Amino acid sequence: MIKVILPAHLKNIAGLSGALALELTGAVTQRSVLDAIEGTYPMLRGTLRDPSTRRRRPFVRFFACGQDLSHEPDDSPLPAAVAEGKEPFLIIGAIAGG
Amino acid sequence: MSQVRVLVGTRKGAFILTSDGSRIRWTVDGPFFGGWEIYHLKGSPVDPSRLYASQSTGWFGQLIQRSNDGGRSWEPVGNTFAYDGVAGTHQWYDGTAHPWEFKRVWHLEPSLKDPDVVYAGIEDAALFRSEDGGRTWNELSGLRSHGSGPRWQPGAGGMCLHTILLDPVNKGRIFIAISAAGAFRTDDGGATWRPINRGLRSEHIPDPTAEVGHCVHRIAMHPSRPQVLFMQKHWDVMRSDDAGDSWHEISGNLPSDFGFPIEVHAHEPDTIYVVPIKSDSEHYPPDGKLRVYRSRTGGGEWEALTAGLPQRDCYVNVLRDAMAVDSLDACGVYFGTTGGQVYASADSGGNWAPIVRDLPAVLSVEVQTLP
Repeated sequence: MIKVILPAHLKNIAGLSGALALELTGAVTQRSVLDAIEGTYPMLRGTLRDPSTRRRRPFVRFFACGQDLSHEPDDSPLPAAVAEGKEPFLIIGAIAGG
Repeated sequence: MSQVRVLVGTRKGAFILTSDGSRIRWTVDGPFFGGWEIYHLKGSPVDPSRLYASQSTGWFGQLIQRSNDGGRSWEPVGNTFAYDGVAGTHQWYDGTAHPWEFKRVWHLEPSLKDPDVVYAGIEDAALFRSEDGGRTWNELSGLRSHGSGPRWQPGAGGMCLHTILLDPVNKGRIFIAISAAGAFRTDDGGATWRPINRGLRSEHIPDPTAEVGHCVHRIAMHPSRPQVLFMQKHWDVMRSDDAGDSWHEISGNLPSDFGFPIEVHAHEPDTIYVVPIKSDSEHYPPDGKLRVYRSRTGGGEWEALTAGLPQRDCYVNVLRDAMAVDSLDACGVYFGTTGGQVYASADSGGNWAPIVRDLPAVLSVEVQTLP
């Protein structure tokens, strides 16, 4: 199981508390994780990625294992510790005022 | 006894203010969607329990929320606003062509007849319609494609479609307004559109009487007389007696004819309200006095309404969607400020009192009069 931690605002939208656990088949990448999130919680479509371009929103960041993975290619494998469920995939609302 | 429900959108959430018909004691519920910008929320005229809300942030984009119980509970519905076909370009601030890009929903206008039909005015300016309670949205693309779209340009707040008026008498007629393009009308339900800006004069564009390019801030109508429109433009308060085919100025003795909202009394079609603002760069009331101005003559002659409003050291703004009226016998008038106050008058503007003083900056105010 992949562990995903969403920003508080999006947990509220999805009615979640705590970390999100996702069962993925195939490669564990940013794209497959985001596809799984949106498939399980359709109310989150458009909140992480622009619905038309499918690109990460500018103020959404992806962290894992102490690294900023936001600029990694969508289809690059995530760290093994994330794929094995040992470390969470963190989705962060960037510090950007307001 | 009747009830009044005031729907308030703010920079950091939505609030619902309720009172009985006396409009003296109020209950404040919220924040709903705390931390999100709520540009607008509005109830269906045919099913007042059905509310729609536009929820957005710079972080997570746009959501549309729907309530079937008057705002006690909400569910997210569809948030995909895809321009029809090739989106094309409009004018950018520097005069270059800029691609149309969805940014947010400014205004939601539920149908007068069907609670599942709702219109959305968005930035970059376009009009969308949902026929399934907000689950899916389709652009009424005849507006952008009628010919003048590539010449539209954003105002300081963005290129937003902020006003949607559904004509209750003439089937298929809709008025919309865009900053900074102007006013437009369809007579066939949104298939075809034309600019209706003749008579407007805007000194901030190269041709002050151009067909499009005017920064219209708000349009209002009385449902009993939908061919008469009132407009608060960037500068100038205007009136049309022919459904927008021509406009004439009614600023009269206002201390400033710059402002954002304009509203019509519920029972007196020639009684209108504006909130003068000092200038286009000084977005606060002249002389630090918060004054609503009322005309009982359809414009031209205005009186200041000040009782209960701060008359010194007041430097708030009142945004374009932040004024509304109820339909009780003594018409209630409401407005919200960028300082977080929501003021109410239960006597057509004669006397005012704050319902609440310390909300986040108010973006929109709508009122439902309930049986």
